Amino acid sequence: MGIRFAFFISLIAGAVVSYLFTGHPEPSWTVAQLDDYLLNILILMGINVILAVSLNVVNGHTGQFSLGHAGFMAVGAYASATITLLAGKSLLGLLSPLGLMAQPCLFVTALLVGGISAALAGLLVGIPSLRLRGDYLAIVTLGFGEIIRVVINNTDTLGGARGLSGVPPYTTLGWTFGIAVFAIYIVGTLVNSTYGRGFLAVRDDEIAAEAMGINTTKYKVTAFTVGAFFAGLAGALYAHFIGYITPEGFNFLKSVDVVVMVILGGMGSTAGVTVAAIALTILNELLRQTEQYRMIIFALILIVLMIVRPQGLIGDIGKLLPRKKGGA
Amino acid sequence: MSNALLDLRNVTIRFGGLLAVSDLDFHIQPNELVGLIGPNGAGKTTVFNLITGVYTPTSGGICFDGDSVAGQSAHQITAKGIARTFQNIRLFNSLSVLDNVRTAFNLHLEGGFMSAIFRGKRFQNEEARVRAKALELLEIFGLDSVADLPCRSLSYGDQRRLEIVRALATQPRLLLLDEPAAGMNATEKVELMKLIRFTQERFGLAVLLVEHDMKVVMGICQRIAVIEYGRKIAEGTPDEIRRNPKVIAAYLGEEVSHDA
Repeated sequence: MGIRFAFFISLIAGAVVSYLFTGHPEPSWTVAQLDDYLLNILILMGINVILAVSLNVVNGHTGQFSLGHAGFMAVGAYASATITLLAGKSLLGLLSPLGLMAQPCLFVTALLVGGISAALAGLLVGIPSLRLRGDYLAIVTLGFGEIIRVVINNTDTLGGARGLSGVPPYTTLGWTFGIAVFAIYIVGTLVNSTYGRGFLAVRDDEIAAEAMGINTTKYKVTAFTVGAFFAGLAGALYAHFIGYITPEGFNFLKSVDVVVMVILGGMGSTAGVTVAAIALTILNELLRQTEQYRMIIFALILIVLMIVRPQGLIGDIGKLLPRKKGGA
Repeated sequence: MSNALLDLRNVTIRFGGLLAVSDLDFHIQPNELVGLIGPNGAGKTTVFNLITGVYTPTSGGICFDGDSVAGQSAHQITAKGIARTFQNIRLFNSLSVLDNVRTAFNLHLEGGFMSAIFRGKRFQNEEARVRAKALELLEIFGLDSVADLPCRSLSYGDQRRLEIVRALATQPRLLLLDEPAAGMNATEKVELMKLIRFTQERFGLAVLLVEHDMKVVMGICQRIAVIEYGRKIAEGTPDEIRRNPKVIAAYLGEEVSHDA
C-alpha cells in the first residue's frame, strides 16, 4: 500500500503546486503569480529530481557506478529538440485538427522520442559495459558521456559547438512536475516488488544473486535502460525549458552533479534523492549571493554532510518507521 | 547410473599449467546425501564451481537430470534445479530476512518488469503467493518471527539457516552446501547436521556436502567421495572411507598429526 499512498500524495502535491504556481488560471486566493525566477527554479528542481531519481536506479538500487548520466540527458535533449525544431511546423500542421491539443501532442511526441532514444543509448552502453564492475564501469560510462558530447560538438546539423537555439518553450511547471511524479512512481513501484528486489540483490551480492537464479546481466541492462529513459525525458524537458542547448551543457560536471544528488540523498532511497535534488537546487540559488565563494561553500556543505550522514540525507529513515505487515 | 540426478564424466579443468581437476567421475542419485571431501587444495571448491557454472570444464561432461549443464551460466543452472549456499555467508545484506527469500522466488515469477509497474490483479496475487510461500519456508526453519528484521542482525547460525531457506526458495532438486560447518563450534555443528538431514528429508532433495570437517561428513553422508590433487582417490560409505588406507594417508593421517 505504501507506494500507492506515496504516489497519490505526490500526485496531489504536484497538481496543487502546479496549479498555484503556474499562475495560469490565476485564482484570486492563491499566492500572487510567481515571478519568473521562482518559476524557473521550480522547473529546474523538477528536472533535477527526474535526473536524480533515474540515476538512483543505476547507482543506488542496482549498485552500478555510472558517470555518464549527462550523456543520456544530452541524447534526450537533442533528439526532442530535433523533432520540435525540424519537424515541429509540419507536425503542428498535421495535428492542427486537434486545435488546442496540437501543441501538447507535439510536445509529448518530442518527449517520447527523447526518452526512447536515450533508452536505446542506455541499452547500447549497458550491454558491453556489463562485463565491467566498479571503477572500470565508471570509466566506460564517463567515456560514453564524453563521446556523445564530442559527437554532437562535431555534427553540423545539430548546431555543433554553437548549439541549437530557438527550441520552443513548451516546458511548463505542470509537465515537469507530472513527469517527476511519474518517474518517482515508476522507480518506486518497480523496486517495491519481488521482481524489483532483484535489482537490490544484484547490488548487494552479484555472485549470490546469480546463484539464486537471477539473470544479473538482464537486470543491469534494464536498470541502465530505465535510468537512461528518464534522463532522456529530463533532457527533453530541459531543452524546451532553456530554449538553447549546447554540448557543453551536458559535460562531465553535469553528470557529477547528479551523482552528488544521489550520494547525498542516500544511495537507493528514492525519497532521499528527491529531497537531495530539491535541496541542492535551492542551495545552488541561495549561494548565488555569495558570488565567488559559492562553490567553496557548496563543497564544504557537501563534505560536512557526508561526514555527519554518510548514509545520505534520509538514507534509512524508511527503515526506522514501523513496518506494516502485509505491505507490498 | 543412467538415472543419476547429477553426473560428472571425465571432468577435467586446467588453469594454465595447473591441472586442478582431472578425469573426475562422480554422480549423485536423487534423494541422496553425498559428501565430497579432500585435504586443502584438493580441488573441492573447483568441483563445486564446475557444477554451479562458475567454471567451464576443459573437457568432460556435466549432466543434470540428463541435460548437459557444462558451460551454462550460474543462473541458468539454478533454474534447472541446482541451488547452493556459500562457504562465507553471502546474504543480501541490505534486505530483510523475508526479502532475501522473496528474491530467490524471482526465478519462478510469471510477471516481470511490466507487471511490476502496472500492478494488476495477477501481480497482486502473485506477490501475495510469493510472500506466503516465503513465510512458510521461514516458518519451517523457525525464522518466521524475524522475517522483517534486517538479515545482518541474525546470529551466525541463523544466517546459515537463512542461506539454506533462500536456496530452497529456488525450488531445487539438488542442494550444494559449501563447507557449511566452517567457523562453527561443536554444538553448532551438531545442530547443523540435524538441519541438513532434516532439510534433505523434508524436501526430498539430493544434497552434496563439500566439507572439511570429518565428523560432520561421516555423521550424515550416505556416500563419500574423496579427492586429492584433483583426482578421486576413494568413494564409498563412511565406514569404507574411514578404513581406506589411501584416504588415511591423504587426509586423516594429516589430520591426526595436526591434532596431536
